[in-house]
Amino acid sequence: MEWVIFIPAAALALAGGVGVVAARQPVHSAIALLIVLASLAVTYLLLAAQFIAVLQVIIYAGAIVVLFLFVIMLLHTRSGEATREKLPRQRRMAFILGGIYLVTLVIATVSTAGPLKPVAPGFGTAQDVGEALFVSYLLPFELASVILLVGIVAAAVIGRRPPPGGGED
Amino acid sequence: MVPTSAYLVLSAVLFTLGAVGVLVRRNALIIFMAIELMLNSVNLAFVAFARQHGSIDGQVAVFFVLVVAAVEVVVGLALIVDIFRSRESVDIDDVDLLRG
Repeated sequence: MEWVIFIPAAALALAGGVGVVAARQPVHSAIALLIVLASLAVTYLLLAAQFIAVLQVIIYAGAIVVLFLFVIMLLHTRSGEATREKLPRQRRMAFILGGIYLVTLVIATVSTAGPLKPVAPGFGTAQDVGEALFVSYLLPFELASVILLVGIVAAAVIGRRPPPGGGED
Repeated sequence: MVPTSAYLVLSAVLFTLGAVGVLVRRNALIIFMAIELMLNSVNLAFVAFARQHGSIDGQVAVFFVLVVAAVEVVVGLALIVDIFRSRESVDIDDVDLLRG
């Protein structure tokens, strides 16, 4: 029964993933990324991770992709790819190494897969994740807020326009 | 029931797509989106293993990955905008002064 939902979601995610890498325009990549994120949220629901699925839609699809779209529209000129290649054999080597990497990754991860354990009815709800977050992971949670602050300050400093006439830097 | 291995194969394929994208593409924005793709595939593996073991810790790890990914996007996009301002380009081959 779950396969009926999983197979379309996985197919959409794979198609979106190919789209992200292969799209000629950055805008098309961003839309393909949106498709990947939405279909991964569906697989999270299948895996009893409701809270993570909602976070995925709000943070990734709602905030990060919109930020990407803003920047893409800000940098509209010359967003196409240059035709020259500085490293001539890089493309072919990337595909060969990617194939080898995929095989090893699948072997390594699938060998650790086991039967699913039955989970309690409240598994993966906001309450469940929140209890783990505020009891076992309180210090990492507080550190995460520091990281967010650092990100805000960094973005403000990097994005600042230099003062006219050359100020302090 | 879908076994964990199906999710893991999907996760591995998405990660490889992202890695190949980073190697093949020259546009900094698309490379950045490929990195997001890799982060998401790791999240999928985390959630799949959390379900397999019936443990919530994997989902907490996904939460922290989300936080770090958000910060990474903000800082990275600010850098890309700054490079674009000075060089009028988002092609990473134009920003190779640090290459040995």
